[in-house]
Amino acid sequence: MLPDAGAEDGEKWLAEGIAGLQHNAFYMHRALDSNNLRDALKFSAQMLSELRTSRLSPHKYYELYMRAFDELRKLEMFFREETKRGSFSVIDLYELVQHAGNILPRLYLLCTVGSVYIKSKEAPAKDVLKDLVEMCRGIQHPVRGLFLRSYLSQISRDKLPDIGSEYEGDADTIVDAVEFVLQNFTEMNKLWVRMQHQGPVREKEKREKERSELRDLVGKNLHVLSQLEGVDLDMYKETVLPRILEQVVNCKDELAQYYLMDCIIQVFPDEYHLQTLETLLSAFPQLQPTVDIKTVLSQLMDRLSNYAASSTEVLPEFLQVEAFAKLSSAIGKVIEAQVDMPVVGAITLYVSLLTFTLRVHPDRLDYVDQVLGACVKKLSGKAKLEDSKATKQIVALLSAPLEKYNDIVTALKLSNYPRVMDHLDNGTNKVMAVVIIQSIMKNSTCISTADKVEALFELMKGLIKDMDGTTDDELDEEDFKEEQNSVARLIHMLCNDDPEEMLKIICTVRKHILLGGPKRLPFTVPSLVFSALKLVRRLQGQDGDVIGEEVPATPKKIFQILHQTIEALSLVPSPELALRLYLQCAEAANDCDLEPVAYEFFTQAFILYEEEVADSKAQVTAIHLIIGTLQRMNIFGVENRDTLTHKATGYSAKLLKKPDQCRAVYACSHLFWVDDQDGIKDGERVLLCLKRALRIANAAQQMANVTRGSSGSVTLFIEILNKYLYFFEKGNPQITSSVIQGLIELINTEMQSDSTTTDPSADAFFASTLRYIQFQKQKGGAMGEKYEPIKIN
Amino acid sequence: MVLVLALGDLHIPHRAPDLPAKFKSMLVPGKIQHTICTGNLCIKEVHDYLKSLCPDLHVTRGEYDEESHYPETETLTIGQFKVGLCHGHQIIPWGDLDSLAMLQRQLDVDILVTGHTHQFKAYKHEGGVVVNPGSATGAYSSITYDVNPSFVLMDIDGLRVVVYVYELIDGEVKVDKIDFKKTTTPHALTKILSPNNSSESEYFGHTFGVLCFLIIAVEWCLASEQQS
Repeated sequence: MLPDAGAEDGEKWLAEGIAGLQHNAFYMHRALDSNNLRDALKFSAQMLSELRTSRLSPHKYYELYMRAFDELRKLEMFFREETKRGSFSVIDLYELVQHAGNILPRLYLLCTVGSVYIKSKEAPAKDVLKDLVEMCRGIQHPVRGLFLRSYLSQISRDKLPDIGSEYEGDADTIVDAVEFVLQNFTEMNKLWVRMQHQGPVREKEKREKERSELRDLVGKNLHVLSQLEGVDLDMYKETVLPRILEQVVNCKDELAQYYLMDCIIQVFPDEYHLQTLETLLSAFPQLQPTVDIKTVLSQLMDRLSNYAASSTEVLPEFLQVEAFAKLSSAIGKVIEAQVDMPVVGAITLYVSLLTFTLRVHPDRLDYVDQVLGACVKKLSGKAKLEDSKATKQIVALLSAPLEKYNDIVTALKLSNYPRVMDHLDNGTNKVMAVVIIQSIMKNSTCISTADKVEALFELMKGLIKDMDGTTDDELDEEDFKEEQNSVARLIHMLCNDDPEEMLKIICTVRKHILLGGPKRLPFTVPSLVFSALKLVRRLQGQDGDVIGEEVPATPKKIFQILHQTIEALSLVPSPELALRLYLQCAEAANDCDLEPVAYEFFTQAFILYEEEVADSKAQVTAIHLIIGTLQRMNIFGVENRDTLTHKATGYSAKLLKKPDQCRAVYACSHLFWVDDQDGIKDGERVLLCLKRALRIANAAQQMANVTRGSSGSVTLFIEILNKYLYFFEKGNPQITSSVIQGLIELINTEMQSDSTTTDPSADAFFASTLRYIQFQKQKGGAMGEKYEPIKIN
Repeated sequence: MVLVLALGDLHIPHRAPDLPAKFKSMLVPGKIQHTICTGNLCIKEVHDYLKSLCPDLHVTRGEYDEESHYPETETLTIGQFKVGLCHGHQIIPWGDLDSLAMLQRQLDVDILVTGHTHQFKAYKHEGGVVVNPGSATGAYSSITYDVNPSFVLMDIDGLRVVVYVYELIDGEVKVDKIDFKKTTTPHALTKILSPNNSSESEYFGHTFGVLCFLIIAVEWCLASEQQS
């Protein structure tokens, strides 16, 4: 209830004040129009009396003040014109206004006349200003005093004896101007601070809010100082800064200190800050303990960082003033002094310092390391961080060098980098590890030695394996996949052209990923396997070039490593993936002329097929992969080859569904016919396979008849026909035109039979096959002759 | 003018970390009407990326794909052309032209797009055109040595398709193009009109000069029109 009443009252009082002001202003104007100085002064004094109120909040007081301000401008204009005209002297006027009854209106009028006085140059500016700034002491009420002095500041602004100003003289110098402003500032700050202690304790918050509203009045003085031409670096260093800091420290007020330190930093040029760094920084430990120093310090460092970034010419200045050392030491002192500072505060400071260091001294890795070291010190002895804001800051801290150097390798040189990461909780460690991987991917960085890979994987250990005491149950499956996929991608960025080093890298990676456990292996193992196969291929050409010393990096050795690595997938278990990888290795071994190795890989693939691949769809794909790979093998001797092809055809015929059996079996026909010059070309066994496929297709038809009442589609027969044509063209003597003719008739009969279900795609397939035959016949030449006997209608 | 992006065998993350940067900067969303992918992406992230380039995405199953529900084959009609898609590990011997021709007859398509060998091919066969866009990331292949990253863009306009192949060689993107034309008539006897009128499986390899365009316009008709 009460606050509402207060607000309403405030509105009412303001309205009353404005009414009173306007009322008197009206009469004042009338007096001015009739050149009645006496009345003008009388009514202006009455008007200004409205400003004597204590009932208004600063916000509302300001509204009243602005109206008075506008009216006083007109009054000032009148004074100016009349004194110029000689109706009365400005000195007399100055005397006259002091007769006003109440002190506040008296002082406002005096300032107004003072302005005219200075302008008239009948007295040195400094004398008038000094007089005014002293007399304003008469008002000790904070709000009223602040506004009065603000008025003084406003009207004196353009009349300060600055260098190059018209008010500069022998006696009037910049020193006087500065002295005036500093004094006004000091008094205003005192008034402002006094507000804190007025009124009951329970209204403290309200007071602080009101004080906040007034702070720019105080800060304006600093702004004025910064604008004075005459305030050069020396004057700033010798006079201005020390005086301001003195007031800031002595006022012992948290609000004022925070605002004013920030103000100094914002208002004066960065160059000045650099040159007065020590003085400025020495003020911080003297401030009240509750002041948020870290924010101010961070602002300072950010400003200096931007200054450094703005142009390379200023960088030597930083070195000259030893900015890094001073800031570093200042931060240390602050953190030491403020024992209760939360971790996030300290880290924020270090982030700012690091940003600064990276901008100003990017080549000084030792500085960067130092900052990280200080951070480690702050973090050590504490439990792993839980605070999310703090961890966010640490991620920022660790990401900054990555972004600056675009190169994880440089970051790896920082000895404290891994130590900072050690203090992260597992979740954040993983976040940081992903940031690192992203940086590597973005910059296409290649990590080229096993040592660096080792260091890198140490950093990322949260991603690579389960850390103590964690259960990854909490982790979302999607996120986990993404994580592990980034590790998989990363593996391809670890490379070196030197085979020895590359092998070392592969062994290092293998060592780490095998600790990952069954959940991670399916993601990481394939990447490693293919990375190793690429190395094998590189070494392929080099076999036999070695004379003398034994060279460790050989395809054979790598295949051994691959074998053991793929074996690890049985832990998961991941038989389909392992089967594919074994087949890849078999092909690679084939290309290296390592028959026993290739045979061993095939053996493993078959064992997995027999024992682990149970799903029928998976079996179909697996057997096709086995057949496809086997078809390409050229190093197997007769015995080995026979064993493997026998197994392949056997399994093909044992697939669950008849159509799958059929297709796998006719695929096996290619195992007995390889188009290379010295490839196997066993026409009989080809035909055997195709005939077997036909038998299976027939059986499939019959089964469909029995179970569904109508035959299935003739597609399988057409497929087999196409295979007959294939081998026919290749010149398999076992496949004659009559054989093909027979098959065509068979299909025709089947298609026309009532019991066959119509299948438009089978029709189209048959049609295009016949078209093909016709096309071949029309070719003429040897092919045409071959096809000639085949009749299609 | 319909643009169809054909690519495949990216093998991310097993064999390659990402698409080449130069390809990524070329593949901008909104320019392509259809994407057909032979398979072996292998992970969902790649699928999502391709989907962002063009919402009409067709993928067939490769043997390393994470997603087990992609179809083994797919046929679609784009303009006047019937296009068939299949990864190719199912067709043995791998990469064998005649065996692929059988699949083309079976799917009854004008253009067959397959992968698996990681080697770019585009050739005219009696029944139509067979295209292999190669591997978009240049991934390791047991079948092909020295794989360069490549992908294909087909511009289908009426009865004509222009096949553009983009290949990354020594850090530079090289482009080549091949023209195919189709004449519409119902299925009948085939006759090929070709410059030298000899083999029907004319295989157009590619010779890459620096950004040189090889235009080989070949008439290929499914008509019963006789050549006079």
